[in-house]
Amino acid sequence: MQASETTVDPSEVAKFEAMAAEWWDPNGKFKPLHMLNPCRLDYITTQIAAEYNRDLGGERPFDGLRILDIGCGGGLLCEPMARLGATVIGVDAAERNIPVAQAHAAQSGLTIDYRFGTAEALAEAGEQFDVVLNMEVVEHVADPQAYTTACQQLLKPGGLMICSTINRNAKSFAMAIVGAEYVMRWLPKGTHEWSKFITPDELYGLIENAGLTPVDRKGFVFNPITWQWKLSDRDLSVNYVTASVKPQQT
Amino acid sequence: MDKRFDIIIVGGGLNGATLALGLARLGLRSLVIDAQSQSAQMDGSFDGRSYAMALTSVRLMQSLGLWDALADQAQPMLDIKVFDGNLTNGPSPFHMHFDHTEIEEGPMGHMVEDRHLRPVLHNAVADQNLITYLSQTRVVSQSIDDMLASVTCDNGMTYQAQLIIGADGRSSQTAQRAGIKRTGWQYPQTALVCAIEHDLPHHGTAYQYFLPPGPLAILPLRGNRSSIVWSETPRQADTILSLSDDDFLDILRPRFGSFLGDIRLAGKRFSYPLGISMTKTYISDRLALVGDAAHGVHPIAGQGLNAGLRDIAALCDVIDQARTRGEDFASINVLTRYQEWRRFDNQSLGLATDFFNKLFSNDNPVLRLGRTVGMGVINASPTMRRGFIREAAGLTGELPRWMQ
Repeated sequence: MQASETTVDPSEVAKFEAMAAEWWDPNGKFKPLHMLNPCRLDYITTQIAAEYNRDLGGERPFDGLRILDIGCGGGLLCEPMARLGATVIGVDAAERNIPVAQAHAAQSGLTIDYRFGTAEALAEAGEQFDVVLNMEVVEHVADPQAYTTACQQLLKPGGLMICSTINRNAKSFAMAIVGAEYVMRWLPKGTHEWSKFITPDELYGLIENAGLTPVDRKGFVFNPITWQWKLSDRDLSVNYVTASVKPQQT
Repeated sequence: MDKRFDIIIVGGGLNGATLALGLARLGLRSLVIDAQSQSAQMDGSFDGRSYAMALTSVRLMQSLGLWDALADQAQPMLDIKVFDGNLTNGPSPFHMHFDHTEIEEGPMGHMVEDRHLRPVLHNAVADQNLITYLSQTRVVSQSIDDMLASVTCDNGMTYQAQLIIGADGRSSQTAQRAGIKRTGWQYPQTALVCAIEHDLPHHGTAYQYFLPPGPLAILPLRGNRSSIVWSETPRQADTILSLSDDDFLDILRPRFGSFLGDIRLAGKRFSYPLGISMTKTYISDRLALVGDAAHGVHPIAGQGLNAGLRDIAALCDVIDQARTRGEDFASINVLTRYQEWRRFDNQSLGLATDFFNKLFSNDNPVLRLGRTVGMGVINASPTMRRGFIREAAGLTGELPRWMQ
């Protein structure tokens, strides 16, 4: 699979490659992602369960679902999805992440298909999924509309896309760049470019232009007292997540 | 017998049994390893031990379907009266009175006797086919790798699971084997524990007297009986312990006056040296500690079992949420959530009971004046009083699902 002819911004990929080995250390460089992960998983699992009428209390509730995680990194989302019974394909444009993720899945006793590549290349190859996870990726790509359209092509009719990103306003600049990168040093400086952040309206525009129907959105809100992330119905001011479905007839 | 489980619990006492029952509710298979014989755990004779189960602990028992079997023999605690006294003048005029009708949740808790609680838990364990109970067995070693935890027992067998939970008390070998260090200190106090029968009814009132050598609690049991927890200096306690039952009662009587009429012993006398013991951490790779294995507190407020049950309810919540999300429930990420949830509560409890004990176990006139005024202030303030009642009922802090 080729990663070159796509919307991936090469300098972005290089930044993450440099961090790849640290993926699974909860107190390492990806600590903020580990902190956010329970909240992301709550949203993802609830949305999938609602869309496909699954009981999250049961054994392997996602049995039979084919799930794609774009920008899978070390497998922080792929592994939970596989544990819940889904057939999981994780794709990452940073080649070095793939062996890291594969090694960890083997340690966890999970079967996950990790591939070096991009959403666009998978779409061209005609692959289709019940669920596409598009988490914290769209703010890093060179052409968000082309990328979102590729995600739409990757969905089966009736399929579900979960997409999270970071809002663009003064607060998100203060929190995600000054706070997370400079003050807390949660993320390496230069992880994010504020100008690439996307407002909820812009994201809905991208989703609708791609031919998907937005069905839900929530904020991820960090509480500095409890030191935890929580889902919020109203506060989409910094990190937020959306669910959208591909119409049955396209 | 199977050798592979979801979770291995070391210690089959009240905490270990409750934890296994909670995990079974979540569909998890556990192996409980206990050094004692099961008949010792099931012995129904009254030995005088009892627990002040907070409202939240009662709710946990309800959630686990155990309360119906306990309710008939449990004594609701309707009032708590706190006095500052000394041995010559009796109770001071300042006191605190906490009445359960001031909070909407009902009684602050129930007194439950050990001889009732233990068999209820162990019968439920025996009826639950997700639980394997190994009695009279000791763990000799444990090891942990990326995917699995395993323990080897003195029966020569090795068992494996995703997670080991130490519910093996203050001198937890599980914690020691994991290299988890403890910190703590002894108090110059020994608790004398016994049950008494009295002529007059207690009306569901618990009494706590702060006497210079240490606190004396009179906690209501079913019928005209009460449980006594009485703290003395170790030397004094040794002397008192060596007395005959009659002489013992002669010393006890003047300490709390005559409001319950004449008193008689109803069970054995026990003594426990008092101290605090806390671990540096509650978790390590594929390992967690609950109850006294993680934190033993001064039993001044009857909070030891309650804190352990709260650990259990919180750990079950954290594990359940992790499984619903598809996370590895035994990963350090997930276990960290349990530790962060419980450690703050338990350390506050340990320090608060330590502070109260030091403040009240003292005959310094300045401290005496300060605390009598303080008690008067607390008693005069409905908000502060309700705060204390909610604390005693276990209603402060973030509550696990099974305690809500």
